[in-house]
Amino acid sequence: MTKRMFIQGNEAVGWGALYGGCDAFFGYPITPQNEVTQWFAREFPKRGKVFLQSQSEVGSINMLFGGAAAGFRVMTSTSSPGWGLMQETISHCVAAEVPCVIVLVQRGGPGSGSIRHAQMDYITATRGGGPGGYKNIVLAPASAQEIHNLIQLGFHLADKYRNPTVILTDGILGQVSESVDVQTIDFGPLKQKDWALRGRENQKDGKSRIINSAVGILPLPPYPDYISWLRHIEEKFQEMENAELRYEMYEAEDAELILVAYGYTARVSKEAVNMCRAEGLKVGLIRPITLWPFPYDIIKEKACQGCKFLVIEDSLGLMIQDVRISVEGRTDVHLIGILDRHIPTDGGMIMPVRVIEEIKRLL
Amino acid sequence: MKKKVCGNPRIWKDPPGAAMYCPGCQHPVIHRIISDVLEDMGIDGKAICVLGVGCHAFVQVSWDLDILSCAHGRALDSGTAVKRLNPDAIVFTVQGDGDCIGIGAGAFIGAMTRGEKITTIMYNNTNYGTTGGQLAPTTLIGQKTTTTPNGRDAAMEGYPVHTAELAATFRGTVYSARGSLHNAANYQRTKKYVKTAFQKQIDGVGFSFVEVLSACPPNWHLSPTECLKRIEEEIIAEFPLGEFKKDDGTGI
Repeated sequence: MTKRMFIQGNEAVGWGALYGGCDAFFGYPITPQNEVTQWFAREFPKRGKVFLQSQSEVGSINMLFGGAAAGFRVMTSTSSPGWGLMQETISHCVAAEVPCVIVLVQRGGPGSGSIRHAQMDYITATRGGGPGGYKNIVLAPASAQEIHNLIQLGFHLADKYRNPTVILTDGILGQVSESVDVQTIDFGPLKQKDWALRGRENQKDGKSRIINSAVGILPLPPYPDYISWLRHIEEKFQEMENAELRYEMYEAEDAELILVAYGYTARVSKEAVNMCRAEGLKVGLIRPITLWPFPYDIIKEKACQGCKFLVIEDSLGLMIQDVRISVEGRTDVHLIGILDRHIPTDGGMIMPVRVIEEIKRLL
Repeated sequence: MKKKVCGNPRIWKDPPGAAMYCPGCQHPVIHRIISDVLEDMGIDGKAICVLGVGCHAFVQVSWDLDILSCAHGRALDSGTAVKRLNPDAIVFTVQGDGDCIGIGAGAFIGAMTRGEKITTIMYNNTNYGTTGGQLAPTTLIGQKTTTTPNGRDAAMEGYPVHTAELAATFRGTVYSARGSLHNAANYQRTKKYVKTAFQKQIDGVGFSFVEVLSACPPNWHLSPTECLKRIEEEIIAEFPLGEFKKDDGTGI
């Protein structure tokens, strides 16, 4: 059943989780995602689901580790400094193959940075900020509706691959209110979680289970040693990379200049494209919906056709590195970044007018 | 009706994990106590053991239980979620002193603050055994370790943490005790403490905690027999045995 609601992006996280079958939320307050934690505190207990405010972000992510290992759909939400604290255990979740969803509402960094919007956690989200070099699918919504939808997809992909999924939003998307169609989305069937911990007597086969993140120290069946297990997770990363790439192409067919942006700056960029197209300028947009896997090949293809690139991201330049990798030096890659906000403060945004100026300069 | 009078606990896999431990280590003895208590109380089938990092965690190769092995110090955070989502499960953490009150102090205090209905068994061997005998929160004043080569100096490294006494100060803790294994009487007493702790969880009244003194012959540079003497003469003077809190969860 579909319900239309006028809600904030941060509230869309909650509705998406509820309709996506989330069992428990563990979180710790941090700006600008407090509405997320407050939504779960208000809405989950009365529906018989678990909400718990942990003693820290380290606590939250380790609660996810436990809840997911017990076979439940669990999630947390945080912002940049809290994201930093969670890195260790996200790596453990990957190693132990426990699926969970982590929402990161980015704010300004580094350090405590600002409490306002920015897009400055791209590298730790897409490269894995914890120990050991691992991969998480990173979904980057650009509207409240897409937040609601991608939270549900996030749970599906987490369970499908037994791996954490990251939903990367920002303070603008979190605070903006929009109409959202709230409903359960069917992504197809998943395997039973017969690996989950339930107590031996509650297992169908009556056998005990072990989950650990130290497979190289105490190997678990079916992996006799560290290398065979590493091969297994590498194959899984490859499968994710091959099967889960998502992106939006907008007015890119005949474009001479392509903007590349995600999240709120993709909304800004789309507006700039519309305004430029009205003037007859050949500008398009590639919007990665998955930041990992990243649409390297499609950007490369456009570079081979002679397109120039302009990256719009509210940072000092992070995703631009992936665009540079994609074009392999064939063409120029330019940046509109956090220093190009219309008002040079922590509250200023990158606005379409600044993007259009740059487009006209480059074309 | 047949009654078992001897033999290995039913949750011990063959070969028992005692093979993982140094000669004279008492960790397998604590594992044995927990195994016997789970069997006696008939709760091993619904038990979920949550482990920290350290020598204690090698028990995962020997127990036929559902086991979650966590990041260092985080067992009580993970255990919290397991119990909240599975209220009928018997959830217990097995942790070393460094794991529980060193790196894991935040998780430990968080769980006690919330009165999580979990049982923690903390193995206190006064040093970091796994990594080669470094300073632990429980290292005695004057005790030589590989990172306090001249002995622990309170002015430099602070004082030993009295975890069982600390646990007893939290309203969410309903049971806290410290036991030892240096003689048969204390073995039996410790087993009683562990049993009481699990009973508190079954009663659903709050957090229950048992600290157990454990010998570490290679890192103490003592023979197994000398270790027992050290526990009796030196360690108990710092860490007295007994029950520090036993209530029904009313916070009295």
